[in-house]
Amino acid sequence: MSIQQIAFLIVLIVTASLASKLYGRVIRNIRLGKDIEPLREQDEGRRWLNVFLVALGQKKMFKRIIPALLHAAIYVAFLFTQIELIEIIADGLTGKHRVFAPFLGNLYPVIISAIELLSLAAFAATLAFIWRRNVAKVARFQQSEMRGWPSWDANIILFGEILLIIGIFTMNMADSVLQIIDPSHYVQTGTFLISGHLGPALMGSWDPDLLGVMERFGWWLHFLVVCGFLLYLPISKHLHILFAFPNTWFASVSPKGQMKNMPEVMVEVKSMLGLTEDTGSMSEDIPEFGAQDVQDLTWKNIMDAYTCTECGRCTSVCPAHITGKKLSPRKIMMDVRDRATEIGKNLDSGNLTFRNEEARKNNHPLTSQNYADDRSLFDYITREELHACTSCNACVEACPVLINPLDIILQMRRYEILTESAGPTDWLPMFNSLENNGAVWAMSADRDAWTATDSQ
Amino acid sequence: MEVPRYSERVAKGESPEILFWVGCAGSYDPRAQRVTVAFVKILNSLDIDYAILGKEEQCTGDPARRAGNEFVFQMLALQNIETLNTYGVKKIVTTCPHCFNVIKNEYPALGGEYEVLHHTQLLQSLIQEERLSLEAGTDKIVYHDSCFLGRANGEFAAPRDVLNQLTTDMVEMGRNREKGLCCGAGGAQMFKEDEPGDKRINVERTEEAIATNASAIAVNCPFCLTMLSDGLKAKDKQEEIMVYDLSELIVNNMQL
Ligand code: SF4
Ligand code: SF4
Repeated sequence: MSIQQIAFLIVLIVTASLASKLYGRVIRNIRLGKDIEPLREQDEGRRWLNVFLVALGQKKMFKRIIPALLHAAIYVAFLFTQIELIEIIADGLTGKHRVFAPFLGNLYPVIISAIELLSLAAFAATLAFIWRRNVAKVARFQQSEMRGWPSWDANIILFGEILLIIGIFTMNMADSVLQIIDPSHYVQTGTFLISGHLGPALMGSWDPDLLGVMERFGWWLHFLVVCGFLLYLPISKHLHILFAFPNTWFASVSPKGQMKNMPEVMVEVKSMLGLTEDTGSMSEDIPEFGAQDVQDLTWKNIMDAYTCTECGRCTSVCPAHITGKKLSPRKIMMDVRDRATEIGKNLDSGNLTFRNEEARKNNHPLTSQNYADDRSLFDYITREELHACTSCNACVEACPVLINPLDIILQMRRYEILTESAGPTDWLPMFNSLENNGAVWAMSADRDAWTATDSQ
Repeated sequence: MEVPRYSERVAKGESPEILFWVGCAGSYDPRAQRVTVAFVKILNSLDIDYAILGKEEQCTGDPARRAGNEFVFQMLALQNIETLNTYGVKKIVTTCPHCFNVIKNEYPALGGEYEVLHHTQLLQSLIQEERLSLEAGTDKIVYHDSCFLGRANGEFAAPRDVLNQLTTDMVEMGRNREKGLCCGAGGAQMFKEDEPGDKRINVERTEEAIATNASAIAVNCPFCLTMLSDGLKAKDKQEEIMVYDLSELIVNNMQL
């Protein structure tokens, strides 16, 4: 085994073990949420369709054609580069060089050339994205929730993409020259479309040793950037490249207007109205309804939050945001994610003060079930934001990965009204007349009085 | 005017084909009442077999549910479902997309399963069946999608089909169909003051409608009707541009 092989193996193992830990944490954070209703079998076809069209096919992206094309360039390049990545791993483990070349024969240079072309397009797209964010300052990236880390995050990945592409081209260019001057050590692959010409033109006169170093440099750069990516994703909005798939699968296939029923309330109201036999099963505890914290949401709501790309398509179409209200559906998603991450960090700290009263009394170890702190989602999301929503579903419609910010807003409103008996005071007269008159306004006239008004 | 009551029809041993769900706005709001009357005129003139619940109807509970008050919602919804099921109602038409959405999508989980139509869907099928024939005029009319018929339920075609029978010059705003901008009333916003901001949502939407140079705005929702009418007033355009529900435009067209 060569030193390179050993180094490669170590990097691979370290990356894999770190990755399992970091991704494990995200999954643990998602599972803080409640179970979702079981998926119905008859919806399976529509769910697969969502995965293929929305996640794989990026259907929703194409509502805005320029970013869609730029994003598609990077995305397709990313998909194809996986072939090269698999070869890198095979090479790294076996200590061989371009192991796929003999198997693929004439197809090999075609595949590599395709990857090079796509990488070039991705390079241009990446530069365009950097320009859009930092120079052109596209409006949907300028909201307050994007300040600081979120805008760093976006730029870090774009920079990483540039490094990756530099790695690919450095490796292929040096290799193209080496294939010519040192055919006994470098397998003949046939000419690569871009580096096959650019390499000899730029590096043709270089020292073979230097070329060998450059080839290794490009190879390692590619591999290390990929490992870095993998470990970076769990703390980044770029997690969507993985989570978009399960997230579109689990997205609701019901009409957008449909709100989830609350069976627990239905049972109480039914017995109140005398519609069922009172079984006396009503619990004595003061019930909590709606969502105060991420544990009251479903795990799908939290997965939504970790899938959010922070693209701001939702916010840019939100009528409340457009008219200067404090609400930004993207911020709702980022807040849910940040709160889930905060709880996760506290769980990881093992600090026993984060146990609820009962666990402390019984001296149980800290788990996600007995977690308690004196914070909640309301420390992230203000009431003003919740109250500004018109439930118009524009955010839901706009999201390229089928996230539903409205569902979270409505669950938090339920908490505010049902559990806290708070909420906008303007609504009190409405609730009163609904309860007392069965109409949204307090009216003294009969509901059918209009029939007497006759034709106007 | 002659409006059959479900209870009376059932007492006679009859079961009307369609229940017309009037809704709070359609019952009490003076402007929306005119839409109700217009729709009833159409139903009457085409001899549709329908009836209303009258005093037995209550709010569907939509604004309470969206405000977060599930108790009040359930109370109203369960009572309504009790009434509807007692009468054996099968098919419902409503002039309000909020009532439409709640009865169609949310009542089933509470034990109320009906075939539910928005009035623009019924009008569309009446046109298709050639029971309703209209003569297209040339007025420039812009169509505004309500969130609860449009995005929430994916119905973009029916109201447009109807409007295309009424005018040869239907126009769209830039934000239409899936991208339509809310009028600002949904989610129980209608019943509270706006949160602090730069602008009212209805004004933002009305400006977009005004920019099309249409002489009228066609809507399918009593709350959009209020919101856009207020928007026109805020822009001092209420004399030049009118907001109508599609059923009112039909009544004018049929000269009922
Ligand atoms: S549903 Fe609420 S948050 Fe979403 S776009 Fe409409 S107003 Fe904004
Ligand atoms: S919720 Fe969807 S639309 Fe909004 S920022 Fe996140 S990914 Fe983009």
